[in-house]
Amino acid sequence: MGVDRRKFLKIAGLGAVGLACKPATDLFAKVVLSEHSPLAGKRLAMVIDLRKCRQQDDCTACIDACHQVHNVPTEFDTAKHEVKWIWKDQFDYAFPEQDNPFVHKRFERTPVLMLCNHCDDPPCVKVCPTQATWKRPEDGIVMMDWHRCIGCRYCIAACPYGSRSFNWGDPREGLEEINPDFPTRMRGVVEKCTFCEERVVKGLLPVCVEACPVNAITFGDLDDPRSKVRRLVRRYFTLRRKPELGTHPQIYYIV
Amino acid sequence: MNDLWRIVIGLIVFVVLITSPVWYDAAVGKPSKLNLESPVRGKSCVLERERMRDVHMELLNDWRERVVRGGERTFETSNGEIYDMSLTNTCLDCHSNKDKFCDRCHNYMGVDPYCWSCHVNPGEVR
Repeated sequence: MGVDRRKFLKIAGLGAVGLACKPATDLFAKVVLSEHSPLAGKRLAMVIDLRKCRQQDDCTACIDACHQVHNVPTEFDTAKHEVKWIWKDQFDYAFPEQDNPFVHKRFERTPVLMLCNHCDDPPCVKVCPTQATWKRPEDGIVMMDWHRCIGCRYCIAACPYGSRSFNWGDPREGLEEINPDFPTRMRGVVEKCTFCEERVVKGLLPVCVEACPVNAITFGDLDDPRSKVRRLVRRYFTLRRKPELGTHPQIYYIV
Repeated sequence: MNDLWRIVIGLIVFVVLITSPVWYDAAVGKPSKLNLESPVRGKSCVLERERMRDVHMELLNDWRERVVRGGERTFETSNGEIYDMSLTNTCLDCHSNKDKFCDRCHNYMGVDPYCWSCHVNPGEVR
């Protein structure tokens, strides 16, 4: 059945009314977006100076300190069951997008320190079915609620940085010593770096920052123009891991 | 209807078995008394004793929600005292005898909370 003149005018009129509403809906969209925008509010970030880091051959001070404080197990039956919050690996694993078969010899032996990137647009948060992981709007930390994690491991699949580990066994079995000030996790739960949220709330710096013997790690609020992290990223050329994925990682590397 | 007596006997056995706890209770009398050890130190709890007995599990759930998801850390009691909202560092600091307080009552009540799968009992740490 065709559309007659009268019906056509009705539809066209409704369409015009709809278009006229657009500025109003845009206004609402802006309000909603600005409240939840990852770029609004305080944004905690980390700058890692690989120039300083590579001077310390085989140094694992930050890794040891972090794993000891957060009761991260160190002994595993197989490498596949490894749990890690912060770790080192080779340059081309950290920055595959550089795609350079003849990487500068300086970087050939440079292990890159890696941890959760506390992305502005974290894919792990999007896939979590229980909201056990979420991005804190007040400071940008990608938090975890281990009480709520059901161990589905969607977040592990979603994270492009390998920052998340799954507890295949009881993590207490792989612990030499337990720090009573921090809980352990249980079997079947995912864990990762929380930017030392429990220390930040008390006004302390993350453990890795404090443990570094050469002050290679800087932590602070990137939204504050006078903060040290902001000044560092303005002053030096920095790399971020896999920025092309659009996750907006918040760990900056001075290479 | 030759099996009528079998069915009746079966029913009687069934009813006796299903009500056996009641008979047992009637025969033995009062339930055994629960002896809980009072805290070694600390005079008052974060709520009154009776309230705590009823709602400590809800309080702990509330604490975990506020600490982990809300970013709050401290709890104010009705008489203005401030406590860290922490099972390990606040509750177990006074109730340092977990096995004679928490565990004993939980065993008595037949409940098995899994708080300690993750949260550390400072007394047990190697």
